[in-house]
This record gives sequence, structure tokens and C-alpha cells, in this order.
Amino acid sequence: MTASVIRTTALTKRFGRLTAVDAVDLDVREGDRYGFLGPNGSGKTTTVRMLLGLVLPTSGEVELLGTGRLRTVLPQVGAMIEGPAAYGHLSGRTNLALSDAAGRGGSRRTRRTRVGEVLEQVGLDAVDDRPVKAYSLGMRQRLGIGAALLRKPRLLVLDEPTNGLDPQGIREVRDLLLQLNAQGTTVFLSSHLLAEIEALCTRVGVLDRGRLVAQDDLAALQAPTGRTVVQTPDVARAGRLLGAAVELVGGDSLLVRTDDPAGLNARLVEAGVRVRCLQPERHTLEDTVLELTSDGSDRITAA
Amino acid sequence: MIVVELNKMLRRPRTWVMVLLLCLLPAIVAVFLKTSDVAPRPGTGPAFLSAVLENGALFPAAALAIVLPLFLPVAVSLIAGDAVAGEAQAGTLRYLLVRPVGRTRLLVAKLVSVIVFCVVAVTAVSTSAYVVGTQLFGTQPSVASLSGPDLTTQQATTRTVLAILYVGWSMLGVAAVALFLSTITDSPLAASLGAIAMLITSGVLVGLDAAASVQPYLPTRYWLAFVDLFREPVAYRDLVRGTALQAVYIGVFLAGAWANFMTKDVTS
Repeated sequence: MTASVIRTTALTKRFGRLTAVDAVDLDVREGDRYGFLGPNGSGKTTTVRMLLGLVLPTSGEVELLGTGRLRTVLPQVGAMIEGPAAYGHLSGRTNLALSDAAGRGGSRRTRRTRVGEVLEQVGLDAVDDRPVKAYSLGMRQRLGIGAALLRKPRLLVLDEPTNGLDPQGIREVRDLLLQLNAQGTTVFLSSHLLAEIEALCTRVGVLDRGRLVAQDDLAALQAPTGRTVVQTPDVARAGRLLGAAVELVGGDSLLVRTDDPAGLNARLVEAGVRVRCLQPERHTLEDTVLELTSDGSDRITAA
Repeated sequence: MIVVELNKMLRRPRTWVMVLLLCLLPAIVAVFLKTSDVAPRPGTGPAFLSAVLENGALFPAAALAIVLPLFLPVAVSLIAGDAVAGEAQAGTLRYLLVRPVGRTRLLVAKLVSVIVFCVVAVTAVSTSAYVVGTQLFGTQPSVASLSGPDLTTQQATTRTVLAILYVGWSMLGVAAVALFLSTITDSPLAASLGAIAMLITSGVLVGLDAAASVQPYLPTRYWLAFVDLFREPVAYRDLVRGTALQAVYIGVFLAGAWANFMTKDVTS
């Protein structure tokens, strides 16, 4: 049993009559790479803000790193919420130094080296005396991640960390997160980019209209559907052979319901059906999420 | 945290541009006075200007009277209105709070940096005015007071310092209002303009006889009372009222700012 790093109990936030987050029970465990998915406007950001004490919950509780007293554990949490932010008239290095000096506990003696290390980690060590207002979107994003890493956090809470990065940068950030995770940092990643979550995360929570509609291991969400895709030039013969097990025929492929893909293959080959490709169908994360969630709630339809 | 805030404010070019502009206006007035030698008749125009021609050492007080009605409060409103709302608009507020910086601590640090700005601005105006005044108009061993016998130079200096403190205290009242508005809105412009609008309203009502019943409670009512410091004997009545009234404004609006900020959802 691994320790809980983020645990919320019936976490709820109402803004006037609108319930933005409705009784959410998150459970993120130590060492997880947790993907927090949901359409725009589903309450992801409000939930993240409640985790960090920026938005005060209407009801319910938040526990970070085993305690409900956020102030005591926030120094061990690195965060990036809704894009990076920095003082435009100062350089990246100065921004990080000020940010470090603002919170208690960052030793002044080691500040310079720590800032240098972090800049190197996010690939900003070479470009530096420019003020941040001259930075590109990607550089700002890197600086934001750097600020989150300043105190070597046990938990990283990142909202859309690869926003604005080019494919190269996305890969770099992903590798960095994997490396930090391997060293024991728990990563909580909120995103609406399914591919990103699929590439990085081990556990997934799906939020829809403020409710947590799924929370499971990524592998479980990508479970086999119990159907197998068969591609063959002998569609008609295969169809006669398999009879009612065939659910769908399209072009040169059939969708066959079976619990035993290997057996299916043997049967087909025995009957002289040439098989070009045979693959168990899996739920894609996209299908699962789209099935679980309604239309994005920023799409306004008449009630 | 206070050091961090001061660092941020003092490294901002905007801060120094404002201080410079504040010092520039009295200097322009002094140059005109010197070149034309036409002083406002005693009792008209900004306070002290007629006396300055004879003694430049009085110019700091005159300079304060020149910037006090509009320029100084606008500058203070800009800085104080930007305090929290500016961080919110830039998005840096959330990062400060999750660092974590306690909300009370952040507000106190902001307040201290605003106070430092008030002090720096008022001192800069007085000092530059002293230099300009003594260079252009020379000094005399004694200073004519606005009424009654002359003041010694030492008396005049003490009273100038008291005047600086009084003006600074009045500006803190402005700062408290702007800081309160700054915790309400995420737009620094709205917070600053809100505070300025309140001061203009107050200024209009102070000049309106029909509003006599509320005048003793208006924030700008006793601003110029520091002039009374240069009477002999000092007329303390308005000074005391002004100090007490500003204390109420400062107390109420700072408490409001704190209460609002502590329970605020930071969604910026």
C-alpha cells in the first residue's frame, strides 16, 4: 500500500448557482504519473487551484502529502497553473531568485547554484540576461517549469506543461518529467491533450462537468474490447466460416467477437483463409474519455 | 518577503519615472517664479509661493502644496492599486501564493513597499525642492511665517519635517483605499482609477458649500492643513482632525483589504 500524495474527499466548489466541482474524490499515490483529463470548462483548473489553496472549497477536504494543513507542505510542491507567469522587466534568473526568496526555507547561500541548476534542467542556461518580456512562449513555459522545480519538490502539479512548446520541446519536457518521476517525484498532470497523457501517465482521472467520472490505471482504461480486427483478402469466405461472430464487415476487414484471438487465427488458417493482419481491438483512451464525457461544457446548448 | 517586494518596486523603471516627474513639477514652477519674478499675491495661488521669493528654504513646503492636490495622490494610487491587482493581472499572484507566501504576509509586504514609496516620493520632492529653492532664491536666517512672528531656521526645519510626515500620513490614507480596491479587482487600472475617482469626488464636495454637513468626514478635507504648521503659533485644530480622520480611513480600508484578501478565491 503506497502513501497517498493527493487525496480529496467530496471536494466541492460552487460559484453562486454554478457547481464547478462536484464531490470529487481524487486519489493520487506516491510515485504516480497521474493524468487529469477533462474537456475545457469541466472544472480541472478549479480543482487544481483548490489543491493548492488558491480557491477555497465550498465543502470537502484536501490532503496533500498526508496532511490537510496546506501551508506546511506547499514548500514541497512545485506547481504550474494555467501557463507560466513572470515579471517581464526582469531576467529569467532574477525572476527565479525572487521567487525563491519570496517563500521561506530557501537558503540564501545555495540560491545561486539552485537557480543555475534549474535553468540548466529546463534548457535555459544559455539565454539569460534578456528580460522575460523578450522571451518566446516556449521559453516562458520552460521558465515556469523551472520555477516549479526550484525546491526539488516531492509533488509536481502541472497544468498543460507543454503548451506552446515545439515537438522537440515537448519531448524534452516529457523526458524531464519521466526522469524526475524515476527519482521519486510524483507528477500530477492536468491536460486536455489525450496523446500527452497517454504517452506519459500511469494513472488517469477523468473529470466531466465537475464530477470525477473515472479514475483508474491507464492500462485498465485501455482494456481489450473483446473484439478482434481481422484483415484478409478472403472476406466472404471468412464471413461464412465465422457466422454470427462477425459484427462488422468493411472493405477487407472484419470485426469479430471472440475471447481468444489466437484460436481465431488458427481457425481461419485451417480453413485456408489468408490473414494479412489480426489484432485484438483495445479501447483507446480517446474513446473511453469521449464515452465518459458529455459535450465540452464550453459548448452552450439550450436546456 | 518585504525585501523581495521592495526589490521588485525599486527595480521597476516606472517607480523612478514617477518620482522624477513629481520632483520636476515644483522645479518648473520655481524656474517660472525666478525668471518672471511675479509671485502670486499673498493669499492666492498655492500656499507659500509668495513667501518663497524671499526665502528659498520655504520652497519644500511650497513644493508639497503644489504636488499634493493631484500628482502625489495619483502616483500613490498607481503604486498601491497595482500592488495586488498587478500581480493578479500578470499571473504572478498565484505563483507567490503557492510558493507559499502567506496572504497576510504578502499584504503586509505590499503595504510596506507602498509606505516606502510614499516616504521616498515625499522626501524626494522636499529635498529636490530645497536644493532648487535655495539655489534660485537664496536663504535667510529667519523665515517669515504665514501669520505672526518669524520662525528661526531650526523651527522651520522641524516644521518642514512635520509637514512631510503629515503629507505622508495623508497619502497612506489614499494608499489604503487603493490597496483595498486592488484586492477586489484583477485590474490594476480599475483599482487606481477607483481610488482617484474617490479623491476627485471628495475634492468636489469639499469645494461645495451645499455639502457642508459631510465635509469633516471627506478624505481630502484636511490635506492642506499642513500649511498651518507654518503659522506662529501653530494652528493644531485641523492638523489633529486630519490625522485622526486619516487614521480611520487607513484602519477601515486596510482591515477591509485584509478581510477580503484572506477569503478571496484567486482565479487569476
